[in-house]
Amino acid sequence: MYTQGLDQQGDGPTLVENEQDLLEKFQAKVDAEEKIEPKDWMPAAYRKTLIRQIAQHAHSEIIGMQPEGNWITRAPSLRRKQILLAKVQDEAGHGLYLYSAAETLGVSRDELVDQLIDGTAKYSSIFNYPTTSWADIGAIGWLVDGAAIMNQIPLCRCSYGPYARAMVRVCKEESFHQRQGYEIMIALSRGSDEQKAMMQDAFNRWWWPSLMMFGPSDNDSKHSAQSMAWKIKRFSNDELRQKFVDATVPQAEYLGLTVPDPDLKFNEETGHYEFGEIDWQEFYDVIQGNGPCNRQRLAARKSAHENGAWVREAAAAYAEKQRQRKEAA
Amino acid sequence: MSALFDAVLRLADSNLILGQRLSEWCAKGPQMEEDVALTNVALDLIGHANLLLGYAAEIEGKGQDADQLAFLRDGDKFHNLLLVEQPNGDYAHTIARQLFFDAWANAWYAQMAQSSDQRLAEIAARALKETRYHWRHSTQWALRLGDGTEESHQRMQAAIDALWMFTGELFADDEVDVEMAEQGIMPLPSSLAPQWNTAISAVLEEATLSMPGDQWMQSGGKQGRHTEHLGYILAEMQFLPRAYPGAAW
Repeated sequence: MYTQGLDQQGDGPTLVENEQDLLEKFQAKVDAEEKIEPKDWMPAAYRKTLIRQIAQHAHSEIIGMQPEGNWITRAPSLRRKQILLAKVQDEAGHGLYLYSAAETLGVSRDELVDQLIDGTAKYSSIFNYPTTSWADIGAIGWLVDGAAIMNQIPLCRCSYGPYARAMVRVCKEESFHQRQGYEIMIALSRGSDEQKAMMQDAFNRWWWPSLMMFGPSDNDSKHSAQSMAWKIKRFSNDELRQKFVDATVPQAEYLGLTVPDPDLKFNEETGHYEFGEIDWQEFYDVIQGNGPCNRQRLAARKSAHENGAWVREAAAAYAEKQRQRKEAA
Repeated sequence: MSALFDAVLRLADSNLILGQRLSEWCAKGPQMEEDVALTNVALDLIGHANLLLGYAAEIEGKGQDADQLAFLRDGDKFHNLLLVEQPNGDYAHTIARQLFFDAWANAWYAQMAQSSDQRLAEIAARALKETRYHWRHSTQWALRLGDGTEESHQRMQAAIDALWMFTGELFADDEVDVEMAEQGIMPLPSSLAPQWNTAISAVLEEATLSMPGDQWMQSGGKQGRHTEHLGYILAEMQFLPRAYPGAAW
């Protein structure tokens, strides 16, 4: 890699000056809303931040298949089963494009997958909560995919071209995911008392973790300022969280749900909902591996990877034999 | 009930149960591309089941819909092939089961596309486009596993050998089949055997696998006599509609 080579040799005065010059050109390009492409020079920290963020995003898609996959075989109608299969299939597809986007930054999918499996890489904490009823599938589509869209729409304008383009495609599919989730909730809201109770219970369990999806509060967010300057990030965590609450509370009311937050109230002056304090202890606990399903999710991914090793080896061996046969022919 | 109803249910149920089985692989595939491929095949099969069950419900004429047929029938009223209810096992078992089914489905739909029953002809034409892709997928994997490593070869051969006893049912005719064939509605199962044998033996040969010899074949699924596996599949699949009778989802 040209740019990495440059960074490694960068101890002579000419190179340092040169790097300053490159950095200025890079920032000017970002400021002018032009895309940074894989072959362009970029600061090592920009590359590192993007690899971390894109990989976390890819891992989240892959781990996110588990809580929803948990209900495919129990989906209550053929139509729901088809929709859920299509949704989980999209997630696997998103994981694949995102790993490809990360690969344009000079890291391999295998390395990233190894980091996921050995527990050193992070993924969205929301997937460390269990899906214990069918209503959870509605709640995930509506709230979790809804929050993901809020986070991801600005990423369609991210300064890094391959990530921005991947996000355009991902966001189109996510909006279908959110609609199907809300539609599940509507069906439950029109159902029996038991179905309504199932829906309220799911909402109680997913509301706060969904708000946590926007990350730590702006006061504690360690990567924010630099990511804003690089136009990887466009809005602060708290701004996006507020947007989500403002959009979601009226939907919850329409469904006849009670928001599990006694402090929630609409502020007529600001036009925004005010909401209670997030349990940050729970947020950090889950990030650090102590959520209800962290160990289960990672063990399941590890087991799929390990059980599939002989299959991947067979595919590689067959491809090699085919190559040799072609050469011999 | 009419022979047509039974015959449509047989085809619908085989699609539904195999789709259900493949769905169990979700997020457990040997590589991410296979998570995409397997969910895609499952989705197609459940789509075929949905169309066929909808038609079966109309033929039955008792005001039931496809979902009621899928979620409220007991095991002895299911008419799927025994092959499709067999457990996923390792990836070789899943691929062997799929290979056997896809070769059969291709032959079946190619003939059913000419059915005297317009609705079935349309369903077959649509399904055939998809099962040809499924066959390509299962063939490619049979080759990779059969002619891959020593371990994969052994596993694939073991899967072929284990599932072979369920392939006889694919070509066993009973009175329902004979009636459907006489009316030009569906193919006579036994008539598809030569085509299936040719397709399977070609793949196995290229995959360096051996074709099992003549042996005892287990059947009964089409008549509602199943292996023990089906009960668990249905218990899982039917749980919500049975736990909340009459609920809409």
